[in-house]
Amino acid sequence: MSDSEPEAMAEADGVPSTKLPPHLELRRTRVLCKVDAPDNTDTIQYSGAYASLGHENSLRFADFCKDFRVDITRISDDDMELDMVGVDPSIANAFRRILLAELPTMAIEKVLIANNTSVVQDEVLAHRLGLIPIKVDPRLFDYLSENDTPNEKNTIVFKLHVRCEERGQRLTVKSNELMWLPKGSEFLKTSESLTSTSKPETYTSFTCSQDSMPEFAGNPIRVYPDIIISKLGFGQEIELEAHAVKGVGKTHAKWSPVATCWYRMLPEVELMEEIEGEKADVLKQKCPAKVFEIEDLADGRKRATVARPRACTLCRECIRDGEDWEKRISLRRVKNHFIFTIESTGALPPEVLFTEAVKILEDKCERVISDLS
Amino acid sequence: MEHTSFGDQRNATFSLAEEDHTLANALRFTLNQDPRVIICGYSIPHPSEARVNVRVQTTGDPAREVLKDACQDLMLMCQHIRGTFNKAVNDSRMKSPPDNDSSQGMDSD
Repeated sequence: MSDSEPEAMAEADGVPSTKLPPHLELRRTRVLCKVDAPDNTDTIQYSGAYASLGHENSLRFADFCKDFRVDITRISDDDMELDMVGVDPSIANAFRRILLAELPTMAIEKVLIANNTSVVQDEVLAHRLGLIPIKVDPRLFDYLSENDTPNEKNTIVFKLHVRCEERGQRLTVKSNELMWLPKGSEFLKTSESLTSTSKPETYTSFTCSQDSMPEFAGNPIRVYPDIIISKLGFGQEIELEAHAVKGVGKTHAKWSPVATCWYRMLPEVELMEEIEGEKADVLKQKCPAKVFEIEDLADGRKRATVARPRACTLCRECIRDGEDWEKRISLRRVKNHFIFTIESTGALPPEVLFTEAVKILEDKCERVISDLS
Repeated sequence: MEHTSFGDQRNATFSLAEEDHTLANALRFTLNQDPRVIICGYSIPHPSEARVNVRVQTTGDPAREVLKDACQDLMLMCQHIRGTFNKAVNDSRMKSPPDNDSSQGMDSD
């Protein structure tokens, strides 16, 4: 599959790859959804699977390039849907897994609580803070390893200080109360600092203010607003500092850059015979996803058509009522056509997330190659 | 990381540390697509150890070289996917310039 090699090999053998007979081609490229269970769900990966039929099953890179296609069906600031056509599920799944678990983001990892008289316990409060998405490009930061001191390149500090001052009132604390501290921690380390004449030590050692960096000048780091952190009764108070660091989703889901990310295979609905008259009405009624429409023929008859196959959820309602219906309709899924959805949490736009995920898979390959050399 | 018997380069097991199904399943696909491969598969010996074993048996070429080629193929595919994706995003941006009404109403700024 490296560029030209297999092509040359197939020609050298004098065996031009033949087309598979239609019934095998169907089983190779489609999942068949029968009334009791989906059938034929595996992909045939082995290059010699159809050798006896003279069909070359290996993927040639040139063919891959020719057939591979991406269509963006929806894109906005925080989510996108795309059709990825001509790729094996193992590759699509690798992207999905990387998006969920291996793309870094920033999340609150340490919470220094000075005062918390709210009903939410310290550890629960810290956990809630950890899950708040932070809108910042993680590529601008380094990982904080165990022996590192927190500095402006690996830590973001937020302050939260709220108190309910009104008698009889209840104060809702939302995530937008978290104030970014570009100069680092403001809490002093208490122990020996009183006697020493040097600058009092805090919990971070920033050498410069983060807002002096060109990336953040005039573009303060914010968190996702409107998330309720806690509710305070009269006199209750929360005073804390939250330190965010870089991490990946497999350590903890709070570092996952996607709210979720999934794919489904393209549904395909085929009518195996003409469905006319009353049966067409019945069919249209059966489908909760409104896949079918009725077409008026010239001579006044009505015929069912498949109008929106993409909406099919494969609920199989249409083939449930006896063998007749099973024979009339064939529900399938296209094995190499993925409808991929990415919902970003806001740290990076979804299209950037996808390209970064592909880059991570490339890096993994490169690492294996260099280890083997 | 490579385990093979002396004098037999065709059959080998590669033990990849810090990897999981993400890479191993994709590599199994590219390896299986290579006509030089007789059999390949992978296993994760223990779920709490971040390690996969990839077994490769070839028709004659050293398994190490075949695995390297498989990685190379996967990289080429990724690069093509990335290029195609970026082009598709640019095209869809050209067609419909970014509108500010987020249909989901999720983002409040």
